[in-house]
Amino acid sequence: MTGTEGPALLRVRDLKTYFVTEQGKGTARAVDDVSFDLYPGETLGIVGESGCGKTVTSLSILRLVPEPPGHILPGSVIEFEGRNLLALAAPELRAVRGNQIAMIFQEPMTSLNPVFTVGDQIAEAAIVHQHLSRKAARARAIEMLQLVGIPDPKERVDHYPHQLSGGMRQRVMIAMALVCHPKVLIADEPTTALDVTIQAQILELLDRLQNELGMAVLLITHDLGVVAGHADRVVVMYAGRVVETAPTSGLFEQPTHPYTEGLLAAVPRIDAPRSRLHAIPGQVPAATAWPTGCRFHPRCPYAWDKCVTQEPPQLETGAPGHTARCWLVTEPERRQAKR
Amino acid sequence: MTLVDVRDLVKHYAGERRWFGLGRPAAAVRAVDGVSFAIASGKTLGLVGESGSGKTTVGRTMLRLQEPTAGKVLFEENDVFALDATRLRALRRRMQIVFQDPYSSLNPRMTVEETLREPLEIHGLSGAVPALLDEVGLDAAFAKRYPHELSGGQRQRVGIARALSVEPKFVVCDEPVSALDVSVQAQVLNLLADLQTRRRLTYLFIAHDLAVVRHIADDVAVMYLGKIVERAPAAEIYAQPRHPYTRALLSAVPEPNPRASKQRIVLAGDIPSPAHPPSGCPFHPRCPHPLKSERCHTEPPPLREITPGHLAACHYAEKPM
Repeated sequence: MTGTEGPALLRVRDLKTYFVTEQGKGTARAVDDVSFDLYPGETLGIVGESGCGKTVTSLSILRLVPEPPGHILPGSVIEFEGRNLLALAAPELRAVRGNQIAMIFQEPMTSLNPVFTVGDQIAEAAIVHQHLSRKAARARAIEMLQLVGIPDPKERVDHYPHQLSGGMRQRVMIAMALVCHPKVLIADEPTTALDVTIQAQILELLDRLQNELGMAVLLITHDLGVVAGHADRVVVMYAGRVVETAPTSGLFEQPTHPYTEGLLAAVPRIDAPRSRLHAIPGQVPAATAWPTGCRFHPRCPYAWDKCVTQEPPQLETGAPGHTARCWLVTEPERRQAKR
Repeated sequence: MTLVDVRDLVKHYAGERRWFGLGRPAAAVRAVDGVSFAIASGKTLGLVGESGSGKTTVGRTMLRLQEPTAGKVLFEENDVFALDATRLRALRRRMQIVFQDPYSSLNPRMTVEETLREPLEIHGLSGAVPALLDEVGLDAAFAKRYPHELSGGQRQRVGIARALSVEPKFVVCDEPVSALDVSVQAQVLNLLADLQTRRRLTYLFIAHDLAVVRHIADDVAVMYLGKIVERAPAAEIYAQPRHPYTRALLSAVPEPNPRASKQRIVLAGDIPSPAHPPSGCPFHPRCPHPLKSERCHTEPPPLREITPGHLAACHYAEKPM
């Protein structure tokens, strides 16, 4: 764990990724003006529900958004160690992708190739990026399988994905991502498809590998519990926007944006007695028609006329590193009045 | 009063025969292997387990959506497995199911109204679709819509309305909220709780999420590899789990509190295949209990009462971890 001093490793500024939808339905503004920093060695959690733009954000970083229908708008900046990834030519980008910035996906079943052995798939990145010989790459693959805690790595290296369980496949995915010792690991819902006891294993593994290898992790998840236990800082997204950014402890102790507050109250707690859950009324609006003003106002218990017409900027809440895109920061008495 | 009584329910799926159906069959998958429980009228039993534990098969077999291998299910004293087709159909009116995936459990070519009318017509009932929609919190205008026009939460509300249209007494809720986002999940859970009070419903609530179950269940049963390993009143099982598997499941739930300093038990290994369950206690290869012994390898522990109303299948349940 490190602080937020010094230069950021990854700087995302004003990222806009839009999708052209079927004729007549307009443009889906999936990611709309997103900015955040990722510092060396830290874990930054990006939290939000379906359709908030968190996955498209992560895909945009490595330019994996299919074009068309998607496109990243000019003016967006994704800076890695001072270079704008959006301005790189394809070969230069390939040297970064999978080498210095690696990614693991939600579905270990569909993101592994069923006709190659896991050893071949892990070795591929080492051969491409580090120019290892086949033999050396195979040895590296075995080493990686050992590192991610797969028993009998010398045998498993020749297995095909279908011969492995879901948890084992996710371990293989992690081994593939880490084979070149990346500086940044983007983990997009790495445990969502797994059972809870297996999820605990994978999260523990990621924590251990981060400590050993010192990489920065961008942890994308819908699960506030996962973030609470594993992130240093958190970015909360809603309707294509970042609505709150804070150190993890600050976010959970003093959620400032009403969406964060509502989301935290809606999580069923294992330590709470049987009770009615807090529900956020309504549903996430469509990306083709975000509401005017603050995008959360139709569902917000505090909203007043200003929220309908004027969108708030990121406002400093006063706590270090804590910002929220909400007018309540300037008029906190309105929150008290509602309570 | 007991509404549903399940006794020694067994469901095995025959293994496939190799060599184009001529060879020896592979080992049978023991999806459900002797499960017993009862649910009192108006109460909710939470049935919890991970993938492959057999929890969904229990729910489906109880309604005879699948034929059982052995065992008995009594519903209001009727033996569900002994009924002929006509009487089974009559009974189905009283036992309904809400499915997990609101995307695949609604017919995409039927409007919401047609979906809700169908069960009424089958059972020769008259019922008002607008009233049903209102009861599940949907505007009457939704009647003319197709499933693709609805969000996940709205679809699940339609699935609930469909189950309720024939006025059942008992509803199997098979992971009804696990495909939904947190904020919507809370809406649907609250709806299910309200409907239970209003209509005096009895639920079997199947889920993998112990935190969700905590908010709806009166009693909780935990399944592992086709067997119930622990069963107790909800407050009791969360406060004092007796089985090491329940203990590990509870500790693995990620808590939305960065200061939670609980001792996490991370189980080693994967869930074994129900086609080849381990000998003795099915949990022994992953069991972190310090007292684990040779006995656990050889002798399957029976589900027995440890304290009044609290059952556990562990040789060392008196000395929980």
